[in-house]
Amino acid sequence: MARVVIFGSLRAFTGGVEMMEIEAATTRELLKKLTARYPALFDTIESGVSLAIDGEVFKDAWFTPIGPESEVVIMPLMVGG
Amino acid sequence: MSKIHVTTQVNGDAVEFLCAPDETLLDVLRDRLNLTGAKEGCGTGDCGACSVTIDGRLVASCLVLGAEVEGSAIETVEGIGTADALHPLQRHLLEHAALQCGICTPGIVVAAKALLLQNPDPSEEETRYWLAGNLCRCTGYDKIIRAVLSAASELRGENA
Amino acid sequence: MKQDFKILGTRPIRPDGLDKVTGKAMFGADKSVTGMLHARILRSPHAHAEIVSINTAKAEALAGVKAVITGDDFADVENSATRYTMQNCMAQGRALYDGHAVAAVAAVSKAVAAEALKLIEVEYKTLPHVTDVDEAMLPGAPVLHEGVKARTLGDDVSGNTVGYYSFGHGDLETGFSEADEVIERTFKTAAVHQGYIEPHACLADLGGDGRGELWCSTQGHYMVREVCSEILHIDASQLRVTASEIGGGFGGKTTVFIEPVALKLSQKAGKPVKLVMSRDEVFRASGPTMSSSIDIKIGMTKAGKITGAHAKLRYQGGAFPYEMVMMGAMSAFAAYDLEHVQAEGWDVMTNRPKMISYRAPGAPMAVYAVESVVDELCQKLGLDPIDTRLLNAAREGTKSSYGPTFKAIGLVEALEAAKAHPHYSAPLAPNTGRGISCGFWFNFGGQVSVSMAINADGTVSLIEGNPDIGGSRASISMMAAEALGIEFDRVRTIVGDTASVGFSDVTDGSRVTFAVGIATIKAANAAIKEMCKRAAKIWDIDAEAVEWVDGAAQPTGHNAGDFPPMSLAEIAATSGKTGGPIAGHHEGAPDKAGVSFGVHMVDVEVDPETGFTSIKRYTAFQDVGKAIHPAYVEGQIQGGAAQGIGWALNEEYIYGEDGRLQNPGFLDYRIPVASDLPMIEAVIIEVPNPGHPFGVRGCGETSIVPPLAAVANGVAHAIGVRMFALPMSPPKILKVL
Ligand code: FES
Ligand code: FES
Repeated sequence: MARVVIFGSLRAFTGGVEMMEIEAATTRELLKKLTARYPALFDTIESGVSLAIDGEVFKDAWFTPIGPESEVVIMPLMVGG
Repeated sequence: MSKIHVTTQVNGDAVEFLCAPDETLLDVLRDRLNLTGAKEGCGTGDCGACSVTIDGRLVASCLVLGAEVEGSAIETVEGIGTADALHPLQRHLLEHAALQCGICTPGIVVAAKALLLQNPDPSEEETRYWLAGNLCRCTGYDKIIRAVLSAASELRGENA
Repeated sequence: MKQDFKILGTRPIRPDGLDKVTGKAMFGADKSVTGMLHARILRSPHAHAEIVSINTAKAEALAGVKAVITGDDFADVENSATRYTMQNCMAQGRALYDGHAVAAVAAVSKAVAAEALKLIEVEYKTLPHVTDVDEAMLPGAPVLHEGVKARTLGDDVSGNTVGYYSFGHGDLETGFSEADEVIERTFKTAAVHQGYIEPHACLADLGGDGRGELWCSTQGHYMVREVCSEILHIDASQLRVTASEIGGGFGGKTTVFIEPVALKLSQKAGKPVKLVMSRDEVFRASGPTMSSSIDIKIGMTKAGKITGAHAKLRYQGGAFPYEMVMMGAMSAFAAYDLEHVQAEGWDVMTNRPKMISYRAPGAPMAVYAVESVVDELCQKLGLDPIDTRLLNAAREGTKSSYGPTFKAIGLVEALEAAKAHPHYSAPLAPNTGRGISCGFWFNFGGQVSVSMAINADGTVSLIEGNPDIGGSRASISMMAAEALGIEFDRVRTIVGDTASVGFSDVTDGSRVTFAVGIATIKAANAAIKEMCKRAAKIWDIDAEAVEWVDGAAQPTGHNAGDFPPMSLAEIAATSGKTGGPIAGHHEGAPDKAGVSFGVHMVDVEVDPETGFTSIKRYTAFQDVGKAIHPAYVEGQIQGGAAQGIGWALNEEYIYGEDGRLQNPGFLDYRIPVASDLPMIEAVIIEVPNPGHPFGVRGCGETSIVPPLAAVANGVAHAIGVRMFALPMSPPKILKVL
């Protein structure tokens, strides 16, 4: 199961939970399960998030594979200049 | 407003145009003569992107009226070199990767050429002060200054 | 992962350079078509006002005026982000900042358009305004838009507070209790503008049937197409957008300001319309970056170990909801390996132009504040600033302050290079101080399309969809040549319009070299596969028995067949007979862009008489993964450093009590000029990015992050007094001396 870490202020929508385990093969599956568990996260995830999977940052493409031992950090959607 | 008839020389060619009394030389060059090498970065004389020479004198063409150039000889970046026959300044700017976006480049070419005509062996400091009127937001000036100094040395016949 | 490259790492002359040194290159304002009209925009003189009425009758009646529009001409759009963009281009109901567009005119000449603006009668009812971030956050402040306050915030902040973010881990109290010294400081930084020399410009032609052409200076013509087609309610396929050469962007051209207005005017007038901003308009109405108010608290042991770190970032981002402080909160402590750390941030609206990205958006001010306090701690504890940073530096395996665990990164290498550099041990003259700062930026991937054709004469044509903001056509050609095994000058890369190649995200986050590079390599691999197939056909052997080596197909071994290598040119020459044209393309959304760290070192001299700070020596060290074209990488580093120096010393948006911008011109908004700067030495460090086949990291943004604190620390050492606000312009320095 992947270890999912929720960034600080998003924890307001998970009742303060920072870390959890979620069984998911792809980012899409992971985000779906996450919103099922914490519906308050829906708006944020809908509007877009970035994910760091084992230290590498991904935009929220649906089918990025997630390993069983992966650490996934949910972060705000990042932008640049 | 009635227009003014002006006869002048641009990059060696005789040119005639009609312009409004309050029309800038920059607008005349760009809009009437289709010479868009000189750019408008500010319109107030602060950026140097519109640099041209009038009778060899470096000016910000956004501060000159079209009507003022009657009888004079204007040089713009388009008159300085061509793809097959680049001016050494242009070649050195390219070789030093001294342009990123390139919007400031025409002004730099014109201004630097004017500098080398009156001072063929400028110091780094003199070059920096001369070009202080030509803003470049991309490069930090480092490569521009190096390019101008090495073009100067080539023009003096030294090994660049 | 050391690789040998033939072309990467060399310094060929950029193919578009010739047009730029001879004045031929076509920038936004350089295109004209016959019969086109000239447009001008009327802008609000008030910081905040209700638009009671606009009477355009007199302007419309003026001879030569072909169209006048106001906010009423724009129908509502569904997407709220697009609506805000639209209302930023043309106010509806209320003018929200000094310079906000309220009406526009298209006429037969610039002069007539200017004349017509004077004839438009706008009745305003002024409203209370706020331009300072701390004031705008206070309950009771005039609120820009109702109902957009961040969901998690309470009544202690005003409705202008549209975003709240927090990152970090550990326990701050524990962290600070372990410290021998704790310093807590508050900083302010002014809003600054990207300062690109080319003002926004476009040429729009939109017919009544919804078919349109748009030429504009932008960092992303697909973005322009999506936003404009939504605002104009036309199909994306019907609007073809062509990106002109772009005269600088730095993030400032990642949105639209004038394009929807020009399109609407063109639609109304039935003619092409050219719209070019004046410099005054660029300052007043295109996006600057955020101003900030920041609290930093850091605890350190006598040995220099940081035990706890807390940042509170309040960013002011102008008249519409935005999200950007998170980037600052994520960057603030990224350079350090910390057990107890928290960075919080608030995004706040005010009556100022809406902010837009500026190179590493959100990071420079946060890192300025953090690195200033780290420096002060080193000073107080008598520690070496580089050794202290090395002691705390993030490295591979560090859990970053914003969450993810770092892969291979190059901060330690950059710090060590700085320490070993002669600059660090050079003696200092009187009134001179040396400042150091780390900096960091993320870099991104994003969507990208590349299409590559192998021509019958053995050359390669490549089309990509990202405007070239600093030599990317050259670096993309280099990567294509490297991947194909051919000479650089055999490849020509062009930026396609929105009808000629697939979607590409805006050019931001230093993503082009990274993302377009990956797509280019994949497109090349597709073409190589096809070329191997053709060779196999010609040799009549299995396609699997052919491999690509040094720009030619060859049998994988003697068993596969005995044929001399067949070059790309040879295969291309017969392509018409072996199955038709050969091409490769790739569409994708590469990720794993990799972060980039930098360390800057500066010697500044402060004149005690005038308060003027001069930069005596500057050295910048940066990990770029792999430098494709080292001269452009150096240029990016030097350019970012110069912008950061301007931010530190002179640049600022100055607002009066009336909420009006007081310095909308290059004379009073002073960006660094050639005589302000010394040579800037750029030291390239290459710690390959494991997420890229050539090891590339984005490199364009990190360089603006360290200069603010490096200069501020230098000034603090030079004058013996620390300042807590940017810019440190001469009058402000004189005041503390
Ligand atoms: S346009 Fe003439 S100096 Fe800027
Ligand atoms: S190269 Fe862009 S302004 Fe000089």
